[in-house]
Amino acid sequence: MHTLVQALKWLVDGSHWSGFDGIPVRTLEHVEISVAAVAIAAAVAIPLGLFIGHTRRFQFLAVSVANVGRSIPSFGILSIAYVIVLKVAPGFAFGFVPTVTALVLLGIPPILTNTYVGVQNVDADTVEAARGMGMSERQVLLGLEVPMATRLMMAGIRTSSVTVVATATLSALIGGGTLGRYIVDGFAQSDNPKLVAGSILVAVLAILTELILGRVDRVLAPRTASRGAWARRRLGRQAA
Amino acid sequence: MNGLVAAPPTSWEWIWDHRDTIGQLFVQHVQLTAIAVAIGLAISIPLSLLAYRYGVTYAPITWFTGLLYTIPSLALFAALTPFTGLSVKTAEIGLVSYTLLILVRNIVVGLRSVPDDVKEAARGMGYTRRQLLWRVEFPLAMPAIAAGIRVATVSTIGLITVAALIGKGGLGQLIVEGLRILYPTEILTGALASLVFALAADALLLWAERALTPWTRVRVRAFVPPRPVGR
Amino acid sequence: MQSVESTRGATETEASKEAMISLRHVTKRFPNTRSPAVEDLSLDVPQGETVVLVGPSGCGKTTTMRMINRLIEPTSGEILVDGRDVMRQDPVELRRGIGYVIQSIGLLPHRTVAQNIATVPRLTGWDHNRIQPRVDELMEIFGLDPELKQRYPSELSGGQRQRVGVARALAVDPPVMLMDEPFAAVDPIVRARLQEQFLDIQRRLQKTIVFVTHDIDEAIKMADRIAIMNLGGVVEQFATPEEILREPANDFVKQFVGAERGLKRLALIKVADIQIEDGPVVSPSASPDEARNAMRRFSLDWTSVVDDGELLGWVDESALQGAGRVGEASPRPFSAYVTASDSLRQALDSIVTSRTQVAVVVSEGQRYLGVLSLERISQEIIS
Repeated sequence: MHTLVQALKWLVDGSHWSGFDGIPVRTLEHVEISVAAVAIAAAVAIPLGLFIGHTRRFQFLAVSVANVGRSIPSFGILSIAYVIVLKVAPGFAFGFVPTVTALVLLGIPPILTNTYVGVQNVDADTVEAARGMGMSERQVLLGLEVPMATRLMMAGIRTSSVTVVATATLSALIGGGTLGRYIVDGFAQSDNPKLVAGSILVAVLAILTELILGRVDRVLAPRTASRGAWARRRLGRQAA
Repeated sequence: MNGLVAAPPTSWEWIWDHRDTIGQLFVQHVQLTAIAVAIGLAISIPLSLLAYRYGVTYAPITWFTGLLYTIPSLALFAALTPFTGLSVKTAEIGLVSYTLLILVRNIVVGLRSVPDDVKEAARGMGYTRRQLLWRVEFPLAMPAIAAGIRVATVSTIGLITVAALIGKGGLGQLIVEGLRILYPTEILTGALASLVFALAADALLLWAERALTPWTRVRVRAFVPPRPVGR
Repeated sequence: MQSVESTRGATETEASKEAMISLRHVTKRFPNTRSPAVEDLSLDVPQGETVVLVGPSGCGKTTTMRMINRLIEPTSGEILVDGRDVMRQDPVELRRGIGYVIQSIGLLPHRTVAQNIATVPRLTGWDHNRIQPRVDELMEIFGLDPELKQRYPSELSGGQRQRVGVARALAVDPPVMLMDEPFAAVDPIVRARLQEQFLDIQRRLQKTIVFVTHDIDEAIKMADRIAIMNLGGVVEQFATPEEILREPANDFVKQFVGAERGLKRLALIKVADIQIEDGPVVSPSASPDEARNAMRRFSLDWTSVVDDGELLGWVDESALQGAGRVGEASPRPFSAYVTASDSLRQALDSIVTSRTQVAVVVSEGQRYLGVLSLERISQEIIS
């Protein structure tokens, strides 16, 4: 309890809100890295996912990527990226480049999977009918499949973002910035209030990301009768 | 620094020389994983049964376990240290927390996916409530449950590397040490070893999943479920 | 002595049969619904008989059936199975003693066919040595290839699944069976076969069966007695198929049974059940004049040609031209025959589709037995 109170005190301490190690700076770093990573991941995964879903080829590849992507230890991939960058371009080794690289790799699988499943889920008959009406491939893709797949795509971006925000914290372990800095430094300096405060900040950011993107997801959700059907089923079925 | 960069990133000698340590860390990694998943199941199964039986509890349970899941691992492990120290307990509390959402969701989804007519037929034949749960519902939920265990296990393996911060990182310990002294071989050994372990565990559990559910692997004759007639 | 009751119409007394299942003033009200699903239903199911509950959607037939094995509990009223109140028994024990087949069958997907059939025996603690032969026996009765024993339900065809489902229900040889649209989920050809097979088995086993269907034709085919139900579980008529077709109790029943009641009744009567007529017959060695005599005697313009019992065909005046003997006139084969096991409805079909305007009755080996005319058939219905 004592530690928790002290952590809260640390958070409201004005001095911690200014300077290059201040909360705003670190938060910005964290957000920058995350946004960059998700943007790049999306730029790679969405077109790829659309292609795979639309042409229904290379599905095996997508499935493998999804499986492998889920298994990769984030710290492991981060440190591998670090080592590679260290070898190839030592000047860039600290923090940003290896972190973003690793985060992009981690962020691609959820977006890829959701995009291609979202496109594939568009009823094959509907697509056939559209083609039959004379829509070009591009029109089918952009006018029909993409809009209908948007919800799943957004869900994929959301999952990816939360993972990325969480993992960006680890950047501090390879000398990078972000809010993880407080945790790592606090640990090294045996400064418990800082440590716990950093944890709280990171947790809050992650939860906020989840909530905000979740709201976006719900806005896109089509009005389905699913809840009504569930209620109707419950009333209709009588147990002994 | 320059000297290290010029050196090749891997030294097989180093790995061979340190095979004992690596082995011990691997064992630690396995132990931590096993304990985390076991405790995770022990907590998740009752929670899932609760959510299955009383549907209203599903939302709050998912909300809470989801909250735990969202907290970044480093933050969770670190934040626990002032309270539970640099111990296996700290690591396990964190690891178990991360398994809960996956396990609960998969178990509940699995149980809910059991076809209604199978349950109806079983009740009509004279299964008791308990027999129905253990002999029909759980076995049929196995594919989803096994998938959940697999995902939980693999993600736990990954998360353990982060616990290296508090000294309980299994193979992740090598990464942290390697970073400290900037020795690429050690870093890569730790990273690749944990990666390989994760992939191997995934494959192994996938095989086990298949072995446990033979009825899902056979060739299916197309059976169009009857529309409820005359209702 | 037990009474066979219906809520409308006369009360009959069945001196010879005990009621195996008795529903007395049973009412079921579901929460949040205005009118009861079943109201004040009284019905007796005699032992060894198949009683079919048939009616439109929402008439409560399935609800009624499910109250018998207590999957639904009545709001009021009594249900007795074999003399014992179902509400006073342990529901699980009750259900293990009643065979239960539902429309989608509900085979356990994670168990093999053999294990599925053995479900209730295992639940009731049968010895392994007793279960195996019983499974084999049931598979044989239902015509299931022994090779299917180790297969999983997903590998079976629809017809096979239905048969396994019924076999499973019979595993412990329960005296009572409840069947809810068990044959609805297959195509009509398979369904007819399943129905035939089931009737066959029931003839041997003499179970007491409550069968629910929405299909009046299935009801007529399968039932010893039919309860025609209306919304609210009201029994509009409870009688044998024959009686219902002959004397529908009211407009609802009449409408539900549908048009062509006469034809449906004909379907229930077998050729073997009635007296067939003689028809014009000559042998191939007879002269054309003898043939003409035969025709005249029966006021027909044709005659059958039978050689020592075996039916060769028929000839008419034009065929006899220029023939020395009837045999030389190339008797034409009849376009349709009926046998003793065919129904009068099939005989009627034969009559309207043939040039000769009669149904020719033969034995299995094409041996001539006689003819059936339209008048003769109508007599069965009009009486």
